[in-house]
Amino acid sequence: MELKVPGQTTQASSGGGCSSGGCGSNGDQLAHLPEAIRDKVKNHPCYSEEAHHYYARMHVAVAPACNIQCHYCNRKYDCANESRPGVVSELLTPDQAVKKVMAVAATIPQMTVLGIAGPGDPLANPERTMETFRQLSEKAPDIKLCVSTNGLALPEQVEELSRHNIDHVTITINCVDPDVGAKIYPWIFWNNRRIKGRKAAKILIEQQQKGLEMLVAKGILVKVNSVMIPGVNDEHLKEVSRVVKAKGAFLHNVMPLIAEAGHGTFFGVMGQRGPTHGELQALQDACAGDMNMMRHCRQCRADAVGLLGEDRGAEFTLDKIEGMEIDYAAAMQMRADVHAAIEVDREAQRRQAAEIQVPLAMLQGVRETRPVLMAVATSGGGVVNQHFGHAREFLIYEASRQDVRFIGHRKVDVYCSGNDTCGAAETALQKTIRTLEGCEAVLCSRIGYEPWGLLEEAGIQPNGEHALEPIEQAVTAVYREMVEAGRLDSPAPRVSRARA
Amino acid sequence: MAYSILESCVNCRACEPLCPSKAILAALPHFLIDAGKCTECEGFYADPQCASICPVEGAILDGSGAPANPPGSLTGIPPDRLQAAMAEIQAR
Repeated sequence: MELKVPGQTTQASSGGGCSSGGCGSNGDQLAHLPEAIRDKVKNHPCYSEEAHHYYARMHVAVAPACNIQCHYCNRKYDCANESRPGVVSELLTPDQAVKKVMAVAATIPQMTVLGIAGPGDPLANPERTMETFRQLSEKAPDIKLCVSTNGLALPEQVEELSRHNIDHVTITINCVDPDVGAKIYPWIFWNNRRIKGRKAAKILIEQQQKGLEMLVAKGILVKVNSVMIPGVNDEHLKEVSRVVKAKGAFLHNVMPLIAEAGHGTFFGVMGQRGPTHGELQALQDACAGDMNMMRHCRQCRADAVGLLGEDRGAEFTLDKIEGMEIDYAAAMQMRADVHAAIEVDREAQRRQAAEIQVPLAMLQGVRETRPVLMAVATSGGGVVNQHFGHAREFLIYEASRQDVRFIGHRKVDVYCSGNDTCGAAETALQKTIRTLEGCEAVLCSRIGYEPWGLLEEAGIQPNGEHALEPIEQAVTAVYREMVEAGRLDSPAPRVSRARA
Repeated sequence: MAYSILESCVNCRACEPLCPSKAILAALPHFLIDAGKCTECEGFYADPQCASICPVEGAILDGSGAPANPPGSLTGIPPDRLQAAMAEIQAR
């Protein structure tokens, strides 16, 4: 039994694009970038909340070796149900990786970006990584190439990277202080020795900073990833943000620590908790004063394929791509046509979003209240258009009298979809509700009776009255209703420190 | 004397290019060391290279058959703590 919502049709929103708040006026992480950089990243799903509804990315797992150990990583772990960095199911040779990339490019024309992100460190496997890049820049010149690294071997590889048409490098920088680093990195392999403790962290930090400076000097875009570890580097990341911005990184992506005892990582086993949604948001806000923050990272596997948040890797296993014959010249033409059509669609969405501009006007006359968080179920198109029960993630917006702004997304399954085999028994619905902690309303196209009741009990007001409306407009309308009903006069609900 | 690799090896390949004697074989189900070629890096490096980059505790034995990286030495996780955590997960 479901509550029907008038106007709900089969959504034909041709691929999506999020609201102006998510990517346009006030929420666009890329809006303040110089034109030249914006041009480079506008079709990159990992760098733009708006682009990720249209374009896909893939990672190839060619780089298994690592030259450091991080306390949030366990090299023994591979679970098919897991979606997080460092996890892969199938290691590829460079030749196999190239074949896989071309097979995916011909099948999923929206795929514009190929990244090498492990499962070890790509630059600790320079021959395998560079051979993959070399072949791809020659055979598939329409694909953007990126690489992600811990930075230890970066300075010696910058020259080689610049030769392979790499225009984006991600460096994971968790600290700029060796005393903090000693709590995150137990050892590094450096100059033919295993080095431990503060000394190891100091070398790693120096290499990371040097590599960052060298890339910027070469004109290669650098994004910095940081893992937020409460009580270890959370306060310190504000300093990291300042330092890397000053050195020319164009984007900072603060991600939550993923730590579960079952992963067998140091942090997992020792009971180090990850940040709550609220803590992560507060830190991202604090760093945002200094630089462009990224808020929609999905923390993908090192062999993920498809749009962010989805993984079509199972369609492209080695035995499946073996038999595929690919005419890449034809594929490239088809891809160019698809990309051109996407751009027409995006432009139309942008124009529509610009015309709306309702929200701020709608806030006039509303009295001052505390801000409120709302969750939105959407499958793209910048509108509220998804059934609550179908949503695998929610976009989170903060509404106040000044503004309606996109805060980030929350995945329902967080990073594990294996319900029965791992973890304590908790229903999918309970999990979803816990994911929405801190939100006081959830906007969706429809919702069943059972979740409706449980959400209300949890202090989250379900709302299916704004189906197919632009997200910002809907959030603003709900905010107004909440103010008028006096719901924001009481303090915000207490958020527990328990974490998914 | 020679080092050897056990089945807990995860085939990450980190050791193979480092070996000065080309004694490491990319075998399946896991990598192996050719005992006839292994020099324990004597005359090349201060530390045996494979054991200095291997991320898996206990996966490499030294010439005397003892783990080059005993439990807890690389991750910093006290072995009893790890055992307790794994036992708790098994019990679920």
